[in-house]
Amino acid sequence: MNIVMAIIVVAVLGGIFGFGLSFAEKRLAVKKDPKVLALEPIMPGINCGVCGYAGCAAYAAAVALGEAPIGLCSPGGPDLVAKMAEIMGEKVDASGETRRKVAHVMCRGNVEVSSKGYEYEGLEDCNAAFLLFGGDYSCKTACLHLGSCIKVCPTDAISRDAEGYIIVDEQKCISCEKCVQICPTGVMHMIYEDSEYAIECNSHEPGGKVRKVCTVGCIGCKICENKYPESGCSVDKFLATFDQTSPHSQIADAAEACPTKCIIKR
Amino acid sequence: MSYIAILLTFIFINNFIFSQFLGMCPFIGVSKNSENAIGMGASVTFVTTVASVITWAIYYFLLVPFSLEYLQTVTFILVIASLVQLLEMVIQKISPALYKALGIYLPLITTNCAVLGIAIINITNGYNVMEAFTGGLAAGLGFTLAIVLMSNIREKLDLQPVRKAYRGVPIAFISAGLMSLAFMAFDKSLITNLHLV
Repeated sequence: MNIVMAIIVVAVLGGIFGFGLSFAEKRLAVKKDPKVLALEPIMPGINCGVCGYAGCAAYAAAVALGEAPIGLCSPGGPDLVAKMAEIMGEKVDASGETRRKVAHVMCRGNVEVSSKGYEYEGLEDCNAAFLLFGGDYSCKTACLHLGSCIKVCPTDAISRDAEGYIIVDEQKCISCEKCVQICPTGVMHMIYEDSEYAIECNSHEPGGKVRKVCTVGCIGCKICENKYPESGCSVDKFLATFDQTSPHSQIADAAEACPTKCIIKR
Repeated sequence: MSYIAILLTFIFINNFIFSQFLGMCPFIGVSKNSENAIGMGASVTFVTTVASVITWAIYYFLLVPFSLEYLQTVTFILVIASLVQLLEMVIQKISPALYKALGIYLPLITTNCAVLGIAIINITNGYNVMEAFTGGLAAGLGFTLAIVLMSNIREKLDLQPVRKAYRGVPIAFISAGLMSLAFMAFDKSLITNLHLV
């Protein structure tokens, strides 16, 4: 008898609370801005946070309130900008078309061309390896090839090629920068998709130090910058960078002349 | 037991965090900055106070007449969970600003053992409804005190040269332990010495 009573009491309480809550939800429903309701479903929904908001829903709400500009969402790209502009009743000038950025590994080091400080045997994770003296390579800004970026990529755009290098499928890359954030050595950079060349080194060490640990690193010799002023390369802190927007007619010659051949045609 | 004695007991002597170790999850999770800590403390205080009164009523008007006292844990969890849900809706409707401040912490409180703890302690100590209300309020205030103190310490700790292995949660636990030791200085003799019993 006691058990029956117990069942009845708990069931009745549960029922009352359940119905009460569902009733309360109807009565207390808060009306959402129709613009938010329209914006939320068209967002990519991966909550990457590149826009600077807590997630897709937060960004949609900010846009609907007029607090944020449309076009901060890099995974969505131009398509999303057009759709959002339509909902918000804004006009986007096509001239300000943004160039798409993709992730790129700025390192050509591997076991043959780079020296190692020790043999790493442990968890297959770059951040774990980085805890031990910044990774097994003597160069502390090298790609560790353990694939933390592969695991974090939401679109499976990152993989290994036959030689073990980390490569990014630029069609699949949505510029969410998750790989840039997780990479402990900072070797993953965002570069413009239309860049024809990339200088695949991440080391700001002086030339002599780079030479000691790696044969394919940028030594900051400035041949590209000085001998080929039209190459689009500039050297800052012993590391050259290539800029597609500046005049770059001599880039092919510069790539040929580079002593360590770190200017790579993509 | 006078109301002041109850307040002193739950704020200092039996502080939920430092001597009963209840509600540790939000204590560590939400104590990274003092603004959030105050928000969490206020939400917990609110919920413990309301939940104390409602669980007291459920216990004495529903469970005792049917001699179902052994069901208190199950029914209290049910009551607290629905109460928090309802509160969330009400706050969202009435004050969007408060909802924005408390909103993310309220669901955390649903299963917070501090709330269940005070509900059960009220019953075990045989409090009447006003004493239960005071107990709930005091437990919440004690929690707020602990989490606000902790958040201030953690804000300072962020700027200190803490060893890498201890940075973040580990050093927070160590600080919590030391604070707990300090709170051990408050004991029952405080109440007898103040002639509050």
